[in-house]
Amino acid sequence: MKKLIIAASCALALAVGSVQARDWSEIRIAFDVPYEPFEYLTPEGELTGFEVELAEAMCKELEAKCHFVIQAWDGMIPGLLARRFDAIMSSMSITPERAQRVLFSEPYYNTPAAWFAKTSVDIDVTSREAMQGKRVGVQRGTTMDTYVTENLTGVTTIRRYTTAEDMVLDLEGQRLDLVFVDFPVGDQALLSREGYHVVGEPVQLGEGVGVAMRPRDRDLAEKINAALDKLKNDGTYDAIMKKYFSYDIKI
Amino acid sequence: MPEFITQWLDQHEIFNTLTILHYWDGLVTTVQLTFLSLIVGLIVAVPLALLRASGKWYLSGPVWLYTYLFRGTPLLIQLYIIYYGIAQVPGIQDTFWWVIFSEPFYPALLAFTLNTAAYTTEIIRGAITSTPRGEIEAAKAYGMSWWQRTRRIVLPSASRRCVQAYANEVIFMLHASAIASVVTIIDLTGAARDIYSRYYAPFEAFIAVALIYMALTFTLVYGFRRLERHLLRHQRPVGQA
Repeated sequence: MKKLIIAASCALALAVGSVQARDWSEIRIAFDVPYEPFEYLTPEGELTGFEVELAEAMCKELEAKCHFVIQAWDGMIPGLLARRFDAIMSSMSITPERAQRVLFSEPYYNTPAAWFAKTSVDIDVTSREAMQGKRVGVQRGTTMDTYVTENLTGVTTIRRYTTAEDMVLDLEGQRLDLVFVDFPVGDQALLSREGYHVVGEPVQLGEGVGVAMRPRDRDLAEKINAALDKLKNDGTYDAIMKKYFSYDIKI
Repeated sequence: MPEFITQWLDQHEIFNTLTILHYWDGLVTTVQLTFLSLIVGLIVAVPLALLRASGKWYLSGPVWLYTYLFRGTPLLIQLYIIYYGIAQVPGIQDTFWWVIFSEPFYPALLAFTLNTAAYTTEIIRGAITSTPRGEIEAAKAYGMSWWQRTRRIVLPSASRRCVQAYANEVIFMLHASAIASVVTIIDLTGAARDIYSRYYAPFEAFIAVALIYMALTFTLVYGFRRLERHLLRHQRPVGQA
């Protein structure tokens, strides 16, 4: 009898769960905080940030009731697959490795990479002749590293660093002519000081950041793609972006 | 490389020709860095050890301070201070020193040399001070000067006593040179980290590099065993090779 009750309640829970999952009137979205300015808690304990506001706008568009879940980064994909939430909107870059386990929406933002140098250095970073013999710093294993390795091996001296701080120190100490980093990182570490500037145009690398969902929830992905597309075109996206960034991250 | 080898290698996803050449460059850098610092360190350490064992405070004091500073702090910190610290000295970029310090190799070589010289000084000093008193008294009785005693009696017998401890120092130095990669040098560890981050394959990248370090270590152990047999050949029973 007891077993029967347990089995029945399990079946009921599953049924309720799947009903909820099918019409998507309620969506649980996970964030890893803090990752300013994308998602963080205010001193009052309220969840906010660029991605949080974008998620709120998206849910309004979907006419769904959204629950926001805070989840540490290393448990993100396991938590999604274990149905603890339905979507991840926590700056998860789209990579082939992750795409094998989760379903990504269309990208909704991408921070560009940019060349930074002392103000005295002003060269054409797209020209191989101008870059000849320059000492270039990148963070090891990043998309910037891959880009420089593929395009500038043999042209420039490539120095790979573990942390952005070490790289900035070597730019300061004139061991490097240029560094190639994520724009927000360079913006914070170098442009906030005197004597540094962006060389050339920022470059979009990688596929950007998308909403991650379970592979079977194709219907949800379609809805989210449609909603994001609408937000990008009706000006809502731009309004939220301007609140948090002085540069363009739209994709 | 011969073509049949490159063809065979390129079938492998991680250990292809590019990766192997990267490891090879790393091996060359590691060997250069380790052995240059050991050789210079040893040359510096012998006179320092003699000063340290001289028994006169104004000679041994400064050497004592130096060895205690360098043996009392981690090599990684010394490397950070020499590499990043020197670049912060105002105006250094305009002096001739910058030719040396703008590259990561020489600051790392300097840090490793100073570190190994400090340890080697103490190893040799220990061997010098444990020279049997009778040997020195006999040399004095023969009327040998300090220099003659040192050259003929003290240093040869000290070298026999310190060879084992010094072999350990050499192996430690080889392993400690792995931290050179934090100042962007592509040594063996730096190459392994590049390959790891390119293929997301930590096991393959690091186990391969561990095997290379192990091969180097065993070569050194073998070499020092031969050296020890040679130095202690007078202690072997008569009639044995």
